[in-house]
Order: sequence, then C-alpha cells, then structure tokens
Amino acid sequence: MPPLAVVSSLARPARDVWAHLWRTQLLELTLNSLLLVAGVGAGTFVLGTALGWLVTSHDFPGRRVFEWALVLPLALPAYVIGFATLGLLDYPGPVQTMLRRLLGPGAGLPDPRGYWGVVLVMTLVFYPYVYLLARTAFREQGAATLETARTLGRSRWQAFRQVSLPMARPSLVAGASLAMMEALADFGTVATFGYRTLTEAIYRVWYGMFDRVAAAQLATLLLLFALALLLLEQALRGRARFVQSQRRGPGVQRMPLTGGRAAAATAACALVLTAAFVAPLGRLVVWAVGLVPTWRTVMPAFGTVLLNTVLLASAAAVLTCLLGLALGYAARLHPVAAVRVAVRVAGMGYALPGSVIAVGILIPLARLDHVVAAITEWALGRPAGLILTGSAAALVVAYAVRFLAVGLQTLEASLVKIPPSFDDAARSLGAGVTGTLTRVHLPLMRSGVLTALVLVFVETVKEMPATLLLRPFGFDTLSVAVWERTAESQWPEAAIPALAIVAAGLFPVFLAIRLSSRSR
Amino acid sequence: MRRTSLLGALAVALGAALALTVLPVVPTGAQAPEVVVYTARHYGQEAAFDAFTKKTGITVKLLAGQTGELFERLKAEGERTPADVLVTVDAGNLWNASRAGLLAKVDSPELLANIPAHLRDPEQRWFGLTVRARTIMYNVKKVTPVELSTYEALADPKWKGRICLRTSSYIYNQSMIATLIKRHGEPKAEEIVRGWVANQPILISGDTKILESIAAGQCDVGLTNHYYLARLVAKDAAFPVAPFWANQSTTGTHVNVSGAGVTAHAKNRANAVKLVEFLSSPEAQQMFADQSFEYPANPQAAINPIVAKWGKFKQDDINIASAGELQAAAVKLADRAGYK
Repeated sequence: MPPLAVVSSLARPARDVWAHLWRTQLLELTLNSLLLVAGVGAGTFVLGTALGWLVTSHDFPGRRVFEWALVLPLALPAYVIGFATLGLLDYPGPVQTMLRRLLGPGAGLPDPRGYWGVVLVMTLVFYPYVYLLARTAFREQGAATLETARTLGRSRWQAFRQVSLPMARPSLVAGASLAMMEALADFGTVATFGYRTLTEAIYRVWYGMFDRVAAAQLATLLLLFALALLLLEQALRGRARFVQSQRRGPGVQRMPLTGGRAAAATAACALVLTAAFVAPLGRLVVWAVGLVPTWRTVMPAFGTVLLNTVLLASAAAVLTCLLGLALGYAARLHPVAAVRVAVRVAGMGYALPGSVIAVGILIPLARLDHVVAAITEWALGRPAGLILTGSAAALVVAYAVRFLAVGLQTLEASLVKIPPSFDDAARSLGAGVTGTLTRVHLPLMRSGVLTALVLVFVETVKEMPATLLLRPFGFDTLSVAVWERTAESQWPEAAIPALAIVAAGLFPVFLAIRLSSRSR
Repeated sequence: MRRTSLLGALAVALGAALALTVLPVVPTGAQAPEVVVYTARHYGQEAAFDAFTKKTGITVKLLAGQTGELFERLKAEGERTPADVLVTVDAGNLWNASRAGLLAKVDSPELLANIPAHLRDPEQRWFGLTVRARTIMYNVKKVTPVELSTYEALADPKWKGRICLRTSSYIYNQSMIATLIKRHGEPKAEEIVRGWVANQPILISGDTKILESIAAGQCDVGLTNHYYLARLVAKDAAFPVAPFWANQSTTGTHVNVSGAGVTAHAKNRANAVKLVEFLSSPEAQQMFADQSFEYPANPQAAINPIVAKWGKFKQDDINIASAGELQAAAVKLADRAGYK
C-alpha cells in the first residue's frame, strides 16, 4: 500500500519542481544512483558468494568462528559503520594524522568521500545478505551434487562454476537485489560520504522546499528502478529451475586448506570482518568507554528501551515471515505471471527511503483512524482520540510492510528449491495445503526460515524512520536512542545504544546459526 | 520438539508486543494535568521540562522525532492530535508549520516581553527560544582575524581551496542563503554563492567534522554553528579554532533559532501556553544555555562562560521568519549556482 500511496502522488504533478531539477541536477543524481546500485550489486555479489563458498566448502583455521561472525556487519546500521569508517580514514582521522606525523604534512590518503568510498562501505555493510543466502544455498545443495560433478571429471573450481553456482543463483541474486534496494533507499551513508543520489534530491525537495508531494513523485523514480531490478532479477534467474530432490546428505565435504592457502583464507575473512565490523565497533567502544561513568544520567531506562526493541523486533520478524510465507506460497500454488508479479511488487517498498515509506504508512493509517474515531464518537457521544496512529501494532505492521522484501526474497529462495513433485506426493497422500506446508515444506525450509527471521529481526532493531514517526509516546527503542544523539552530532553519546543494537542483533544471529547447524 | 518451542516463544513475543498496543487505548482516568510535546530538538532541554513539572505540577509528555516527519504526523492527526506544543529547530521549519495552520496564535505579554521581536513570528504563532549563530570559524595558527570580514567576502579568490562547508542540503545553510536573498536580492545573492563555489570548498557533512578538519589543517576557514565549537572547546580548551563574528560592520552575524509554538488543536492549551512561557523565562533559558551552549533568546538570561568568552556580537536583526519564506528559493538558487 505505501508504494501505492507514493505512486498516487503523481496525480498532482509538481511541474515547476521537476523542471527545476531537470535543468539542474536530475540527470546527474539519477546516474549517480544507478552507478551506486551497480557497484554495490557487483561488490556484494562477489564478496558474499566468495565468502559463502569459502566457509561452507573449505576448512581453515577460524572457519567455525568466521561462519557466524561474517554476518555481524548486518547488526550495525549502515550509517553508523559509514560514519565510523569515514572518521578513521578522513583527513582529521587517526590514520591520516599518523601518516602526517610520520611522513610530514604533505602525506595522506585520497579523500575517502565520493563514489568509491560509498561503494566500498556499502559492500562491506550489505554483503551479509548475499553471504547468508549463499551459505544457506550451498549447504542445502548437499554433498552428492558436488560429488557427482567431481566424479564426472570436473575439477573443484569447475564443479563450483558449473554446478554449485548456477544452482545457488536464485539465492545469490535475491541477496544481491536486497543489497541493491538498500543502496537505492539509503540516505544516511551517502550523505555522510557526500555522494549525491536521488534520495538526496527527495529530502532536498521535502525538507528544503517543504514540498512532500513533489518528493513522493521523485520517489516513484526509485520504484521504477526497483521494478527494473526485479525484471533483471527474473531474467538473471533464468528460465532454468533447479530443484533438489535430495537434501539431507552429509553436507558438502569441506576441503581442508593447508599452508599458504589456509593462511590466505583466514586472512581474507579476518580482513573483511575487521574492515566491516571490528574497526567501526572499536571506534564505538572507545567512545563508549569514555562515557561509562556518566552513563546512568545520559540514558536512564535502558532496560525498558532494550525490552521494547526486542519485543517489537520479534513481533515484526514473525509477522513479516508469515506474510512472506503466505505470499511466496500463493505464488507457488498459482504459478501464473500475474500472481508472481503482484507478490514481487508487494516487496518493492524496500527500495524507498524509510521516511518516505513511513509517511506512506502514516497517511492512510491516520485516515482510517479518523474514521474509527468518528464512529466511536457517534456511538459513545464523547470525543475519542486516535488509537492506531502511534500504537505498537501500527509500528509492527509498518515494519512488516517495509521489510516484506527481506522475508519474501529469503523464503522464496528456499521455497523454489523444493521440487513440485513433493507437493504432488503430499497431496496425493491426502495432505491439505496447510498440511503440505507445515509437514513437508517448512521442515525442508528450516534454514531459510531461520535466515528470514534473523534478517527481519536485525533490520527491525536498526530501523529508524518508521520507528520515530509511528511509535507510541514514551516508547523508545535502541535505534531511536542512537538517532537522537547522532542527529545532534553527539556520536560518543550514541555509542552505547549502538553497541546494544549490535548485542541485540548478535543473539538471534548466533541462535539461528546454531539451530541451522544442528538441523543437519 | 525444538521447533515447536521456538515457534511458541516467538508467538509469546508477538502476543506481548501486541498487548503493548492496547496500553495507549486504556483511558488514563481522572487525569493529572499534562502537556504533550512533539519535539525535533533532542538534547539539552530535559532539565527545563523537569523544572516546569516541579514548579507547576504539570507532567510533560515528550515525543521526539525528525522535523519533516513530526510535521506530517501532526498534520495527519489533524484536530485529533494529542500534541499541545511543537518544539523544533530552524526558523524555516517553524514558518512552515505555521503556514500549514498547525500552530495557533498565542497572546502572551510575558512571551512578547521575553523574546525579542526578530526572533519570533510577527503573528505570534511561534517563539524562538534559543539562538544559534552561524559564523566564520578559523584556524588560529593559520589565519588572523584581520583577513576576515563578511560571509560575502568568502567569495574572494584568496580563499580558494581553503574553505570547508556543509552541503546546501543542510537546513542552516539554506536559511543563511535565504537571508542573503532577503538582504541583497536574488541576483546578487546568487553571485555571492557562485563566488563560494568558485573557491572550490571542501564539502563536509557535519559541523563538528568541519571544525575538526579546520583544526587538522585540511582547510583554514569554515562556516558552522557556534555551539559545536563550544562543545569541542569544553572538552579541549586548546582546540585551535576560534569564531570570527561575521558582518559586524554591515548586517550582523546570521542567527537561527530553535523555538516552540502551541498547536492549533491543543487539548491542554492553557498548560501549553504556560510551558512555552516558562521556557522563555530566565530560569529555563539559563538551563538551555548551560546544557547546549546556545545563546538564550531572552536577553535577561546569562550566557554560558565558554561562549561568553567569545564576546558580544551584533546579530542580523532581519526577522528570521523570512528564512522560511525564502527557503525554497534558496535551495533552487544553490542548485543553479552549483553549490552541492
């Protein structure tokens, strides 16, 4: 619905704003957005796939830790990682300051701001989408697939390229398209790095020219790109459908790496993890440590805030995955183009900036609320307030709408791998639609469901704009606590709630990895 | 089994979260006096609200948010909004809220006496509470104050490659350009901005970052709000950056405000007026000044010592409501001038 609310803004075209933007910067910003999406898509695809392949089919020192730790960058909001990274690498930052001290005033690095800086940071922040799905996909392939390829005379690399990779392609493309939608919708990180994209134009028109309608019209451009991405994704998935008849094998036989190769694998994982997670985290820890003595006064009610966050995120994760499952299942039961497209369009809101989608939820919600209140007033004969606007229920629904794509993409990627013949078998044995789902599909999708739950949970813990706009009074969450401080440039004060976000995200990641490992 | 217990736990979590939603519906019964505040200011005001409650017995309920979004929520809630007071930063935002009919006129001799005329809405729908000066900051080791004079003079080629600026998406820069338009007219203002752009400023997101970049020597001068420097100086007295009060011999230094207004559909209007009046009193103004290093809008309140050291300066006395009126024009001007 929110994407529709955004599209409906086109009914009153703001011609002068469009004309002005066309004359000044629209082309440049559009091109920048597309370049960013391309860069982030390629970067996350390669990095996520490579790491996923490395940890599922090789053995090297530290593998067991890296397997779950590599998901961690997802636990921090992108803008926090972006700010911390920039703070380390920019001119006044510690790295360049040390270089100047050692090598003289002229020494330094190129300015980390701009295209390459943003692509690098976003690749580091968003690769876990691909990594998580890749890991699940490679695990689900089982050993037999790869071994069959090997017995047919393929080298390990050939087997990977000709068998494992194509079979995992739906998952990999789903992960990369999530990363690309994030990149399209991002405002905080690009603003930090001074890289101008369409989201900047949206906020400029909304906040600077006080024209929300024109801003929503600009946002339809993002939806258009998301649509193009979707078509591209369908095309990339190809016509081939890979299903797996056999799953519960012994799992991929991990090839033990030795010597230089083992060291290189460990170093590669360590490097990525350091750049994407440990370094920004270190920065936060340094900030936080300085403030520990005064922490009680800086943030009272910490326990309540943490509890609010976890409750909201759990509810959002369950609701979103149920919706995702229902939609994904609808597409499976009715494999016609119309249903497939409708299901996909439902998830496109993910490519919109959070604030735009939040307002897109708020406006229809408030309208409904006014109707309810009017009826209550008529029935009770006394003034009634609004009950939906600013309620936790509305917020959970908003999360589900915003993160539907995450749940859907992840679940679908696992669902398509189950052969349709299983459905037929179950149905012919007398199981109903629900029975087939709960007794046949869900057990087979275990990893996928857990991945989806974790992703939505972590996304919700980080979510800021909708939380700010729709939450009830006095109902603060960790991301609100972070934002209230960063909005005033008080980064050290933001460090402790930001670390709590990491901790809140860490727990389900850890749990999911444990549960999905045990299922084998 | 394991799966059932996992699903069970999740169901409980879902149920608990949904139960929380019922809370706002439960009538609070015979109510203690309260006032509901939507605020886009996030720091340095808690003490003032607490003092208000202590003094009057009126509870302050806060909802913090981002300006544009709070504005939309207030608008969508319409006559059923629970909000009594809107607190926000930047005169442009206050102007926009009053233009949209979200704020009501307040007739209060106390407010008129406490807040100088150029810092409030001529139609008394909002009142500036704290003042932030946006002025030229310079590296004390590389620049002497005699080299500096006005914002306009930063267009001089001698500053080429030596300036750090926020982008023009930053609302305080938009307000500043808006006042340039008001003072000089659009063509002249555009010429000035083009002059800045021709000096190839380094664009940096964040006032604190600009000050750190000046201190580190990446640039020599920049434009920031004064309180960011005060925060850095409070942590490190030797921080090598100082403010230069711009335009003292001409129009005065550009100032902006954070301010408040009573909402058009306030349910607790009397309490709301009381709160805004209290926030303008010397007592509350003092708390603002001490916690956030801003200048109190009420001249009777004392300025924080760190800030007071920088001396008195002449404020641009253009009514800051004009920043709002001309803000859209300012954004378009920046676009045309290539100020990113």
